[in-house]
Amino acid sequence: MHPKPHIYILALIIGLGFAHSSQAVPISDPKVLHVINRLSFGPQPGDIERTTALGVERYIQQQLNPNTIPDSSPLNRQLTQIETFNLSSLQLLGQINPKLERGQKPTPEQRKAYQSQMRHVLEQSIQARLLQSTRSPRQLQEVMVDFWYNHFNVFSSKGIARVLVGTYEQEAIRPHTLGRFRDLIGSTAQHPAMLFYLDNWQNTAPNSSPNRPNPRGKMQGLNENYARELMELHTLGVDGGYTQQDVTTLAKILTGWTFRRSPQPKVGDYGFYFDAKRHDYSDKVFLGHSIKGSGITEGEQALDILAKSPATARHISTQLAQYFVADQPPKPLVDRLSQKYLSTEGNIREVLNTLFHSPEFWDSRNYNAKFKTPYQYALSAVRATGAEVTNFRPVFGFLQQAGMPLYGCLTPDGYKNTESAWLNPDALTRRISFATALASGRVPLNAPLERSPLTRRARLALADKGNQSLDSQATPVSMAELDATQLSLTLGNGFSDKTKQAIATSPPQLRAALILGSPEFMRR
Amino acid sequence: MNRRHFIQQTGFTAASTLAAIGTHGWIARSLAQGSASTQSLEPKRLIVIFLRGAVDGLNVVIPYRETAYYQNRPRIAIPQPGKEGGALDLDGQFGLHPALATLIPLWQQKSLAFVHASGSLEPTRSHFEAQDNMETGAPGAHAQDGWMNRLLTTMTGQNPVQAVNVGSTTPRILSGRASVATLAVGRGAARAIALDKPQVATAFDNLYSSNDVLSKAYKEGRFARKALLSDLDAETKMANNGAPLPNGFAGDARRLAQVMVKDARVKLGFMAIGGWDTHVNQGASQGQLARNLEQLGKGLEALQATLGSAYQDTAILVMSEFGRTAHENGDGGTDHGHGNIMGVMGGSINGGKVYGDWRGLSSDQLHENRDLAITTDFRDVIATVLERHLMLSDAKLNQVLPNYRPLQKNLPLYT
Repeated sequence: MHPKPHIYILALIIGLGFAHSSQAVPISDPKVLHVINRLSFGPQPGDIERTTALGVERYIQQQLNPNTIPDSSPLNRQLTQIETFNLSSLQLLGQINPKLERGQKPTPEQRKAYQSQMRHVLEQSIQARLLQSTRSPRQLQEVMVDFWYNHFNVFSSKGIARVLVGTYEQEAIRPHTLGRFRDLIGSTAQHPAMLFYLDNWQNTAPNSSPNRPNPRGKMQGLNENYARELMELHTLGVDGGYTQQDVTTLAKILTGWTFRRSPQPKVGDYGFYFDAKRHDYSDKVFLGHSIKGSGITEGEQALDILAKSPATARHISTQLAQYFVADQPPKPLVDRLSQKYLSTEGNIREVLNTLFHSPEFWDSRNYNAKFKTPYQYALSAVRATGAEVTNFRPVFGFLQQAGMPLYGCLTPDGYKNTESAWLNPDALTRRISFATALASGRVPLNAPLERSPLTRRARLALADKGNQSLDSQATPVSMAELDATQLSLTLGNGFSDKTKQAIATSPPQLRAALILGSPEFMRR
Repeated sequence: MNRRHFIQQTGFTAASTLAAIGTHGWIARSLAQGSASTQSLEPKRLIVIFLRGAVDGLNVVIPYRETAYYQNRPRIAIPQPGKEGGALDLDGQFGLHPALATLIPLWQQKSLAFVHASGSLEPTRSHFEAQDNMETGAPGAHAQDGWMNRLLTTMTGQNPVQAVNVGSTTPRILSGRASVATLAVGRGAARAIALDKPQVATAFDNLYSSNDVLSKAYKEGRFARKALLSDLDAETKMANNGAPLPNGFAGDARRLAQVMVKDARVKLGFMAIGGWDTHVNQGASQGQLARNLEQLGKGLEALQATLGSAYQDTAILVMSEFGRTAHENGDGGTDHGHGNIMGVMGGSINGGKVYGDWRGLSSDQLHENRDLAITTDFRDVIATVLERHLMLSDAKLNQVLPNYRPLQKNLPLYT
């Protein structure tokens, strides 16, 4: 009979603190770790110390008011190097097109060049998002970009959407992440990316322009795709009390809401255009409200009605509570958030402030209880390394393997953020393999972007919606191995004894991998 | 195998199955036994293919005798058989979309059937709610688990690869208590990962050795990966010899079939394909829908070819959340509708027929004046396959499809 080894090991851990280090790694205040885990994409080296010194309340207020946080100049420098990042939708739509004469068909070369231009813009958009979301000190804003982008999802692989998802995020989502919900539905409703993705750009009053030649049969009638999703997903929720008649009416209200590809009179900054010739001017009754046939203001009235609806308040509050507190949002919390939403006319900052001060948010049973989405997992792992990332292609590759490619959700409901959606046996083996490659320095996050060995494969991956993947293992060593002690310090050392024991008894070169691949790090 | 024999066998193993639930003893046992010796006596398999986004069934199985069909769809209708780009005649009343020509041999061999005007009676036109209804098998009940997962719990010989999902996230239909293996999409399905290295695996095995939900998922993941990798080994070697592997749906279908052929433990398979939400420019004999159907046809063909002799023991069910409007919309597309088609394939089916109670497309027959009405509940089709192909008892069927009452009692998919 052997002696019981685990008793011996446990004694070793208790005696030495974190076993592989000569001095114990301190365990941080669980509240500090919790607030960082939920309001950011996870701790970077030094975040826990800084937040402890700042105090939890001041951290929350700073994050809720991102303009009070100085932005990062190295990050801004990196962003300015992304050539298409600072272009507007209209500029991109103007630059990226096959430039054909009317009636002319593109040659295969032209088609290829056009496709490659579009892919290039999409790649740069992905790079810009991942850069901002890992590096920006305004972390809550980045978290809310993830939240709202999924709420108002646009799928990048549908035609021209490839070049528009980045500007959609910049123009329609980012300015309003912590602002008023009404502004968010207004900006997304009028953005070319959404107009294109959910087909409203073609939504036309039947018989409104009988003389228009329509060889391909386009634009001759109602298209209710956007109207339905606007109510079901963006505002009221599927049980929000609307009927098929309301869907059809809302589609009529939104007839003529389209976009143009070049600046013209009456074309909005981002390309929105109200085509009065295609609008249905009849008087309407929408959700019990009379709306006089008047043109574009009908749509604005409808958006007002939707934004003010208690069903919308409940739908948004439920989703925020699910994202920030628990997969099954506590009903009393949802009730309070809905009330705050209604009393502040949909002020997102106020709703979140209520959420971050709720007993449900601070219930210790909810600490580290949300299973990270692949996006949250990858970003938190990259942040924990403290690496100066110049090359996000391996991260994008991981997201594809994990079933969550950035801007790659086909359906308008966006990606879910619950454990039931993302926890499956294969998911864990993929995360652990990514953690192992990252910890051993085999993920070239600091490779020069243009000379990255992954470029060609990444392009392929982007071209081929999700069927190709990047293999971080095949890449040459280019980063230092991670130091396990530093890593546990960065993450506040909130590991269970079981995890500490498993780490302590493993070969030293695997300890950092075990930390990033630990059960605790799978959650936030 | 007859039904009585199956029930006897089920009774024999029920006790041990129950005892194993909630522990991991059965993983170790399955591993120790290996795939060769766990050849279940029950060879029947089921593959479900979900077309996410609502396929336009009226343009898949075309009621080409209906004047209303052509009146409703002046730009997107599929011409009658014999005309240019015309439907492929099935039975003198219905025709198949020409992009599915690869399926005609199966139809002629009577191993492919359709059920028209079928679907979920719940009136929702939300993709997500309707998919949930079909995947839980309990419309309107907002169940958390899926009917294929409940089916797993009624089956014998439980093991972590008994059901294989092709994809990276577990769909509702397979969510639930029983564990489900995952086969990644694309050619990379069999590519090595760090966890395949023994030293790394040992360290993580130690870390995930508890009985919590993550440890359970981890152990199942390790088990399934070992099993499926060895099943795919032959194909990987072929790839190393320079033979290109198919990508896309047909490639995934082939890999799933290969795993099923090699590994008798795999009984259920699930795949989903998106891209059917054709609100704009859906096309007719050619175009968007035609391209998608072509991919689907190639995938189904690959399943049949790769399953080989196992095809005789396999039922393949193709479904989608709802049909699309009987009329085309203003953009050469169709909007969310109601009744749809379902497809059933497999060796022992009474195929070569379009089943269902067809009442036509005249406006007085349409659901809410716009959509094909439903005369067959989607569960009528599932239940028939479960009872007549997998030989499920009434009690078990009731577990898989709770509160289900047949709408269409006359569905002789099996003779």
